[in-house]
Amino acid sequence: MDQKKLYDYLLLLGDNSMILGQRLGELCGHGPELETDIALTNISLDLFGQVRNYFQYAAEVIGGDKTEDDIAMLRYENEYRNALLVEQPNVNFAHVICRQFIFDCYHLPLLKQLCESKNETISAVAKKSVKEVEYHFDFSSTWVKRLGDGTEESHNKMQDALNELWRYSDELFRETESEKWAKEIGIGGDLEVLKKAFNEKTQAIFEEATLEIPQNEVQQYGAKNGRHSEFMGYILADFQYMQRAYPNMQW
Amino acid sequence: MVTLDSHIDDILNDVHDPEIPVLSIMDMGIVREVNEKDGVYHIKITPTYSGCPAMDTISDDIIAAFKQEGLEAKVKLVLSPAWSTDWITEKGRKALENYGIAAPLEASADKDALRGEKNKVKCTNCGSKDTRLVSQFGSTACKALFQCNDCHEPFDYFKCLK
Repeated sequence: MDQKKLYDYLLLLGDNSMILGQRLGELCGHGPELETDIALTNISLDLFGQVRNYFQYAAEVIGGDKTEDDIAMLRYENEYRNALLVEQPNVNFAHVICRQFIFDCYHLPLLKQLCESKNETISAVAKKSVKEVEYHFDFSSTWVKRLGDGTEESHNKMQDALNELWRYSDELFRETESEKWAKEIGIGGDLEVLKKAFNEKTQAIFEEATLEIPQNEVQQYGAKNGRHSEFMGYILADFQYMQRAYPNMQW
Repeated sequence: MVTLDSHIDDILNDVHDPEIPVLSIMDMGIVREVNEKDGVYHIKITPTYSGCPAMDTISDDIIAAFKQEGLEAKVKLVLSPAWSTDWITEKGRKALENYGIAAPLEASADKDALRGEKNKVKCTNCGSKDTRLVSQFGSTACKALFQCNDCHEPFDYFKCLK
């Protein structure tokens, strides 16, 4: 097996969860109410747990003396493989929920596919994670409906968030080389099939939430190949600060 | 469940989940395999949730508990098969309830309860079934928050995971 390609694919799986987990972690103590604050940080914790599983395995795959922490903390910006969507800022609660919902509609069916992966570790991580992500999807879809079909104010904020974030949705399904490779040898997800599931799910729930998906939106791409939005540098500045300032520090 | 000789069983039954101290790791059902080879005990444990921060502490506690008995243990984390709340023992469920955490319901009843359907989860304080969901997410990844409409006591519910 091509170890480098497997490593790249694991980065892609892990980075999405990690950067979204970091964004959600920023809300710790700042959620709109106690229960949602706890919910968002719980989701963040699940995502970081999943990332650890991916990166512990990635460290094994790449060999040498790299650890999961090196992989998480010590890469340059253009070496991160997460999509643009997950690095978008927590503008307000509607943005947080909309970003989460779009990601969950991709993440949940992806994990269901990965449960069948021919790679035993990926399949084991997916089987573990899928149970958790079902709760994430429940949470985000309930809030999309509640805010979208709520007051005029909450509806407008939710629609604004959707108008802003929808342009980052298609990148999740634009196949990179490592995704193509992983699909072909039967260890990764099939993005075309995923996109269908994603479209059906988002359309149904946005309709129920009385929200309109922007039409003919120019979609944005690039982060999965290392070309990130301006926000990524700030996220990494926070995220990597301790490791950069005190190399090899441990808790 | 694994069957063990009684000495090893006693040691493991004395290691507790740091977040739910009334539950031993045996009652939690997270010990998946114990093998002895050349005087070293190899123990496989599985996490309840991927991000469960207690796993590192539990590993250290197992090693320390064996050391106290003059034995050497090595702990490995395994992910497959994924942990299920079905693996919590009957004794464990009782201990949870006594501690004030409602034990997990069956999968379909659990989904209903977490989607806000009332009268599913029994209050651990007064036993009333007139309870409501406060938050799907609670103080740890494995719990949700409920409140009793009769005695008004808030309490944790251990979410079903299958």
